[in-house]
Amino acid sequence: MELSIAKALNAGLRAAMEADPKVVLLGEDIGRLGGVFRVTDGLQKDFGEHRVMDTPLAESALVGASVGLTYRGFRPVVEIQFDGFVYPAYDQIVSQVARLRARSEGLVSVPMVIRIPFGGGIGAVEHHSESPEAQFVMTAGLKVVSPSNANDAYWMIQQAIAADDPIVFLEPKQRYWDSATITDEPALGLHESRVVRAGDDVTVLAYGPTVKTCLQAAEETEDSLEVIDLRTLSPLDLEPVYESVRRTGRAVVVHEAAKTLGLGAELAARITQECFYSLEAPVQRVTGYDLPYPPCRVEHDHLPSVERVLDAVDLAKEF
Amino acid sequence: MGLPIAQVLAPDGRLVGEHDFTLDDLRGFHRDLVLARRIDTESFALQRHGELGLWPPMLGQEAAQIGSGRALQPADFVFPSYREHAVSWCRGIDPAKLLGMFRGTSLGGWDPAEYNYALPAIVIGAQTLHAVGYGIGTMLEGKSEAVVTYFGDGATSQGDTNEAFVWAASYNAPVVFFCQNNQYAISVPLERQTKVPIAQRAAGFGFEGVRVDGNDVLAVHQVTSQALRKARDGQGPTLIEAITYRMGAHTTSDDPSRYRDRHEGDDWAARDPLLRLRLHLSEIDSGFADFDEAVQAEAEQLGEHLREVCQNLPDPDLADLFAHVYAEEPDELIAQSQEVASWS
Repeated sequence: MELSIAKALNAGLRAAMEADPKVVLLGEDIGRLGGVFRVTDGLQKDFGEHRVMDTPLAESALVGASVGLTYRGFRPVVEIQFDGFVYPAYDQIVSQVARLRARSEGLVSVPMVIRIPFGGGIGAVEHHSESPEAQFVMTAGLKVVSPSNANDAYWMIQQAIAADDPIVFLEPKQRYWDSATITDEPALGLHESRVVRAGDDVTVLAYGPTVKTCLQAAEETEDSLEVIDLRTLSPLDLEPVYESVRRTGRAVVVHEAAKTLGLGAELAARITQECFYSLEAPVQRVTGYDLPYPPCRVEHDHLPSVERVLDAVDLAKEF
Repeated sequence: MGLPIAQVLAPDGRLVGEHDFTLDDLRGFHRDLVLARRIDTESFALQRHGELGLWPPMLGQEAAQIGSGRALQPADFVFPSYREHAVSWCRGIDPAKLLGMFRGTSLGGWDPAEYNYALPAIVIGAQTLHAVGYGIGTMLEGKSEAVVTYFGDGATSQGDTNEAFVWAASYNAPVVFFCQNNQYAISVPLERQTKVPIAQRAAGFGFEGVRVDGNDVLAVHQVTSQALRKARDGQGPTLIEAITYRMGAHTTSDDPSRYRDRHEGDDWAARDPLLRLRLHLSEIDSGFADFDEAVQAEAEQLGEHLREVCQNLPDPDLADLFAHVYAEEPDELIAQSQEVASWS
């Protein structure tokens, strides 16, 4: 079965709702409209308005009310319509969702999934192209994952919904329409990274939308790039990364989020810590610039491109 | 014309409204009020003795909390802020469990599912949304249960509280919004938060708002019982504005003399929530003096219990905290907890 990421998420949500009647979906325009990206298309028709709720337009309430639903034993899946609209809910996410388990010494579970279409590249207006992942990764109590392809999207959304921890689920919106074959079983657990292309010269780390960019870069160069799809941003699964970097001696991290205190900074620190004697060059970062997301006519100069990835590969090689 | 303020018992102990409470009920309220005040004053003293880092007193708000707390049924669920010491008492939580948060030994203190009483929210208004979500959950299950959330006058300016009003109205959720209007958000008076009586705002959201003398335990009980019945019967949310007064400071770190006229408290002292029921019972209950003596003795024991537990609360082990951050503990946290353990 071949599905786009959007349709794979739809199928994954459907499977999760069939598996557990406590799974409910909340969001803005997710019911009759099927979501602005159609990820929830048809689910309200099939599961009813009580399980797929078009809510009043209030993001803090989306997450806050979902906290109450978890107190009642539900497993809410919240759709934040666009990355830039998650900030009104930020307080509920970091002050409530993330902390209740710790505050209750493990007695209160918050099995909530917060789905966020994230990243740029679709020619959108302001606040529709953000990459806020680092702000959630640095929050103790949250887990953060991002699929890069349809098969991962299908399985990871189900794994995230079944998990007892709150999970920020970042969907690479510019890849929603990319298709892949869906496997009969998940190949990996939710919090495992994966080598998506083996290579010997340079290790390239990516997640979400930049995985495809890096795979394209690997196609276009004669250098042998090992591309790793991190998949899980919190917790990180870095053993495969360390194993790779110890072989290649070189690492490039690629993400759309801003450079300063982006995930690349953490990855560079950890790789340096664990692979210091294997490194032939400093860890290179290819990221969005430290700008408010630019007007979309120039967003492709802002986002990591094949050219910028290969330039960083050259820097790592020639250091 | 403004909303009327429900009252059964005048400040001087006269009955000014009807009620069907038994003498045992009235004695029960008296006992609750006295013990609640003791929980509060004892904890305040523990802070002054250096045993607690902070205490938010509820002095003066006992009737609002006991009256509403005793109206709850066991299946109802409460989402409190951090000052609802007497409501937690009504839910059967040992008041000593409140102290960990304020001594700095805990971030919580009890299992919410055991008492149907959530952990207190310190970020103002956040809990109102949790109550609405919980209420929607009871509706999804087809249950007739009510949810109560407590907040103050300051919280009515928060976005979360207003979003909670919108959502509760939209879903007709079985939520009782219980606002203790104690006249101040730390130092800022009510007039800065609202141009209209708080309860009046409910009409704009599409549900009923009621005002009650928050220092009248009988009236508060009646009004809350009615709102809870409505909620359980599928008639949606109610906003209760219990008009009361924070006789003490916002917390033990606060200095009300910087923002309140000292005579202001005198007026409210005459409206003390314990005083009016005491006056009333003295009038109608020939055995009240003996009953009261027993209650005072019980209060002494409760005070001793709080002192005893507080002084013996163990500090948590930092290394143990890592295990409760996630259901599935990541390797990185295991490594960090081992590092902490290695320092001890």
